[in-house]
Amino acid sequence: MSVLVNKNSRVIVQGFTGTEGTFHASQMIEFGTNVVGGVTPGKGGQTHLEKPVFNTVRDAVVATGADVSIIFVPPAFAADSVMEAADAGIKVIICITEGIPVQDMVKAREYINGKDCRLIGPNCPGVITAGEAKVGIMPGFIFKQGRIGIVSKSGTLTYEAADQVVKAGMGISTAIGIGGDPIIGTTTKEAVELLMNDPETDGIVMIGEIGGNMEAEAAKWLKDNMRKPVVGFIAGQTAPPGRRMGHAGAIIGGADDTAAAKMKIMGECGIHVVESPANIGKTMAAVLQKEMA
Amino acid sequence: MNLHEYQAKELLKRYGVPTQEGIAVEKVDDALNAYKQIATDSGSKFAVVKAQIHAGGRGKGRMKEAPDQAGVSVVKSAEDVERVAKGILGNTLVTIQTGEAGKKVNKILVAQDMYYDGPSERKEFYLSILLDRAEKRNVIMYSTEGGMDIEEVAHHTPEKIFKEWIHPGMPLQAFQARKIAFNFGLSGEAFKNMVKFVTNLYNAYVGLDCSMLEINPLFKSADDKIIAVDCKMGLDENALMRHPDLADMRDKSEEDPTEVEAGEYNLNYVKLDGNVGCMVNGAGLAMATMDMIKLAGGEPANFLDVGGSANAQTVEAGFRIILKDPNVKAILINIFGGIVRCDRVAAGVIEAYNKLGNINIPIIVRLQGTNAEQAKELIVNSGLKVQSAILLSEAAQLVQDAVSAN
Repeated sequence: MSVLVNKNSRVIVQGFTGTEGTFHASQMIEFGTNVVGGVTPGKGGQTHLEKPVFNTVRDAVVATGADVSIIFVPPAFAADSVMEAADAGIKVIICITEGIPVQDMVKAREYINGKDCRLIGPNCPGVITAGEAKVGIMPGFIFKQGRIGIVSKSGTLTYEAADQVVKAGMGISTAIGIGGDPIIGTTTKEAVELLMNDPETDGIVMIGEIGGNMEAEAAKWLKDNMRKPVVGFIAGQTAPPGRRMGHAGAIIGGADDTAAAKMKIMGECGIHVVESPANIGKTMAAVLQKEMA
Repeated sequence: MNLHEYQAKELLKRYGVPTQEGIAVEKVDDALNAYKQIATDSGSKFAVVKAQIHAGGRGKGRMKEAPDQAGVSVVKSAEDVERVAKGILGNTLVTIQTGEAGKKVNKILVAQDMYYDGPSERKEFYLSILLDRAEKRNVIMYSTEGGMDIEEVAHHTPEKIFKEWIHPGMPLQAFQARKIAFNFGLSGEAFKNMVKFVTNLYNAYVGLDCSMLEINPLFKSADDKIIAVDCKMGLDENALMRHPDLADMRDKSEEDPTEVEAGEYNLNYVKLDGNVGCMVNGAGLAMATMDMIKLAGGEPANFLDVGGSANAQTVEAGFRIILKDPNVKAILINIFGGIVRCDRVAAGVIEAYNKLGNINIPIIVRLQGTNAEQAKELIVNSGLKVQSAILLSEAAQLVQDAVSAN
């Protein structure tokens, strides 16, 4: 089954008719994702990419039975789109938009609290279940089907990890880009937990970066729940404190959110931590081989 | 985006937050006029002159060119003002936060002295508002130990730091404001003024889309006024689209000029002190590339994320910016092509390289993803002194060779 999205997911695109929405929706359809329509307020009733356009997410859900949404709405309106999707009963909301004001996300995160839905992102590459569904902006061809799950805060670093895993003779079950913002819907720990419980995943690559406490939280959980090997990498070992490194959330605020501190606690909790990003794939292969032996 | 003290105080006033009155000036003559005005308004000859830079520790900091002059001085005559203004304006202030290079001071704030005598005891508190990432909500952090380095207080006497979390989407509740005022040990007028102060301050934090707001010292005067004597304010850059007036307050002279230029090309650049420059697509991969440079024996000279559109223009701009740094002895371009095709990026690299002419340091180009093989062929056949790699481990090896050859 893998996690979050699969070939049975019924996906709508919020911000469907915009440049980004159009481009990536076409790519997703080409990949084989079951895109059932899209939402652009004021363009309801039109057809776009041979799919119906709706004014509201509620209309789209009623008409198509959509259960997954991907958001390409500009930053000023994206938090509102997250809340709209949650209100309409979408189960998995994937927000790609980068640059959402943090106070907007504080509100949206609270709004969806207690609702029967899961938010992935924002500021993320999305989710891909290899061979089944791509609900994101990642290059699909890199993600050859297999049994390694990936959890990552970063886009291109996810592709890098997937590519190494494939080149090392394995493949990907589901890759979850959780996003690089300070406030995100699904934490590292939650995403790792999903993959730990997935019978189709044998090993997990966990990629973090400086800032925040999510990797430490995941590591502490893993200490008691390590039923599959986890290979970890933290980007930003050379980042100076107090400077924002691209991602809004990637900033060292104290002694606990440096790469060194995160790598230390991850190692102590039994995660196979790699220092070099070039060693993610081969370390996973070696660790799995050792487990089998 | 950080603001100066005088700008932050202006903004707080809009939200009814009482601040120490002051006038920001750039010239000595204007400082004298400002002093006259402040002295008349306050009815006191005492005033404070404060250097305006984006760094803390100004009171203990010293001017490089005039080591007797601190970044903040109390004055009590026009002669004082002239001497202090001359000592600060145009000179370089070195504080614990600026590093040895210090920061040039272009503006001073001539401000009212708040430490006058009166019926009750004066007190200095600390209060800041920021996002608590773990709790996913804003938090007010406060302490009775004002005017001090709060990290020291947190380290030695954590029991003296209080926290109040605010429910998302709601204003600060009255009971919370009262709790804060009680914890400060206030009563009577001072208590009422503090309740109003923190309520309005939280509204300002949300209304202005602050990323952080720190009042240190938060001052209780001898006549029970509650006043922001100093203010540090950071704004959420992602929210500037709805505050065009705030975006105009940016002081580019406080930023690294190369970083400002990179911003104009839509490149995300942070200058570092190393010897290997890098140009990468994606923030996470960019950080990982820096780490790899270090592991290969070099030191990263920068963080540079070219974003989703790596083309000839962005690559050329990236080259220009990295090459401004004389410490750079090699450059690693690391692009994982997904939607962006590697052969296009390679063509862009070749075009930019040819256009810039004599680049005398080794360039290593690692292109992986869509059309990586064609890209490598293009680079190899270009006849340029550019080394090509596909795997990240190959790129690491090439960096190592380049660093050890130096």
